[in-house]
Amino acid sequence: MLFLLAGNSYAAKEFSVPYPPFSPGIFPCMACHEGLDRNRNKRQLADMHQEIKIIRHGERWCYDCHDARNMDRLRLAGGKQIRFEESYHLCGQCHGNILKDWKKGIHGKRTGNWQGEKQYLLCVHCHDPHNPPFKPIRPEPAPVKPEKTLLNRQPTSK
Amino acid sequence: MKEESDINLTRRLLVKTLMAGAAATMLPLSQAYGAASAIDWAAFFQKRFQELTPQEIGRLIIRLEAKYKKTYGRDIKVKTTPPIDNVEFAYALNLSKCIGCRRCVYSCAQENNLSRKPHQIHYIRVLRFQSGPIDFEKAQHYYDPREVPETGYFYVPVQCQHCRKAPCVKVCPIKATWTEKDGTVVVDYDWCIGCRYCMAACPYKGRNFNWAEPQIPPEEINPNTHYLGNRPRMKNVVEKCTFCVHRSREGRYPACVEACPVGARKFGNLLDINSEVRQIIETKRVFRLKEDLNTDPRFFYFFHS
Repeated sequence: MLFLLAGNSYAAKEFSVPYPPFSPGIFPCMACHEGLDRNRNKRQLADMHQEIKIIRHGERWCYDCHDARNMDRLRLAGGKQIRFEESYHLCGQCHGNILKDWKKGIHGKRTGNWQGEKQYLLCVHCHDPHNPPFKPIRPEPAPVKPEKTLLNRQPTSK
Repeated sequence: MKEESDINLTRRLLVKTLMAGAAATMLPLSQAYGAASAIDWAAFFQKRFQELTPQEIGRLIIRLEAKYKKTYGRDIKVKTTPPIDNVEFAYALNLSKCIGCRRCVYSCAQENNLSRKPHQIHYIRVLRFQSGPIDFEKAQHYYDPREVPETGYFYVPVQCQHCRKAPCVKVCPIKATWTEKDGTVVVDYDWCIGCRYCMAACPYKGRNFNWAEPQIPPEEINPNTHYLGNRPRMKNVVEKCTFCVHRSREGRYPACVEACPVGARKFGNLLDINSEVRQIIETKRVFRLKEDLNTDPRFFYFFHS
C-alpha cells in the first residue's frame, strides 16, 4: 500500500511493465531500513542479505545501484533517484546499446499486441541483477519419432 | 437474391434426385457405414473458401460450429476475420538468444489444436546444430538433455516461412492453399484432398499431414478458432503454421512469441517502419534459410546479443 501511494506521486509510466520480481516479503525495504543507520562502507554483510552475492556482474556494491537515502528507490550514477519499475535506466548506464534495442522491442520479451498495447518485461525479470546471465532450464520433451506412432507399429499377432 | 435462390433450387433438385437414386444404389453403402447421414451434403457441395459469398460463409460457420459442438461437446467459435489492410506480417528470430527449450513448440500445439500423441503434430521443429556453420544434414531435433542451453550447440527453430514465392502454393493442384493479403500462407482444410504435393515442395518441412484422425482431449481444445487457422482438422488434410491467424488478425502476438522465455521471437508488420521486425531488418544483419532457393521467406533470422 505504501508502495502504491508512493508510486502515484510520479509521472505516468514510460513503459508498461509488470511488478518487479522482488523476493517475497522484501519490499518495501524501508519497512526495516527506516530506523537503521546508513553504513556506506564497503563490507561483507553479516546480519542480513548474506545470501546476495554479486556473481558475474563485475565489482559491485549495494549502493552502486540502491539509494542509501531511500532504500525503496534505486540511484543512477548522477545521483537521480528512480523507482524499481524504471530500473532499465540504471542498467542502460552501462548496457546502452541493449537499452536502445529494448526500447525498440528488439531485445527482451514483449507480450500483448503487435498492434496496440504491449507489455514489456524489465531487464531484471530475466536477468537477476546480482547474477545476470540467463539460467539454464529444462527443455520440453522431444517430439515423438515417426516410427513410434501407432500407424507404423507392426502387427503384434500373426 | 434471385440468383441465389435459383442456385439453391437447382441444388435442392440435384440433392433430391440423388437421394432418390440413393434408395436403390447407395443403401448398401450407408448400411456399411452404419448411419443414414453418412454423407453431409452441405459439406459435399461446399465450394472453395475464397469463392464463397458472405451469406454462404455465414451458413458454413453455423454448420461447422454445430458439428464441432456435436463432436467435442463444447462451444467452439469459428471466426473468419479478414486480413487487416496495409499489413504484411513478418517474423524475426534471434538465434543468439534461442536456448532450444521448445516452449514455443508446445504452446503452439496447445493454441492451434494440434493432434497430440501418438499421432503428434508440431508446427515448429527446433533444430540443434553444433557450433559452426549451419549444416542441415547434421542437425538434430530429437535432442533431450536435462538442461538447455548446452555448451557447444546452438538452436534454430523452423516453422512455415510464409514465403513470398511459396513453392507449396505453386504446386497445389486444386488451389486449396494460397497466400492471404497480409502475407500468411493458409490452407482450406475442407478443400484439401491430401495429395501432399505441397509437403514435397516445401524446402523447410513447414507442412504437416494428418495421417490419422487428430487426437485432442475435448477439455484441452482452444475454443477461439479461425476457419483458415486452428479450427479442429480432420484426417487426410495438410496443416501448417498460420502466424496464429486467429490472434494476429486481432492485433495480438502469435502464441509462440508470448511463450518464448528469452524473447528471441519477434513478430510484426513489415510495412510499419517502427515495428519490431522492421527495426531488426533495418539495424541487424538478418538472413533467411536456404536463400539460394529463391523462395523469398517472410521469416528472418539474426544473431545479436
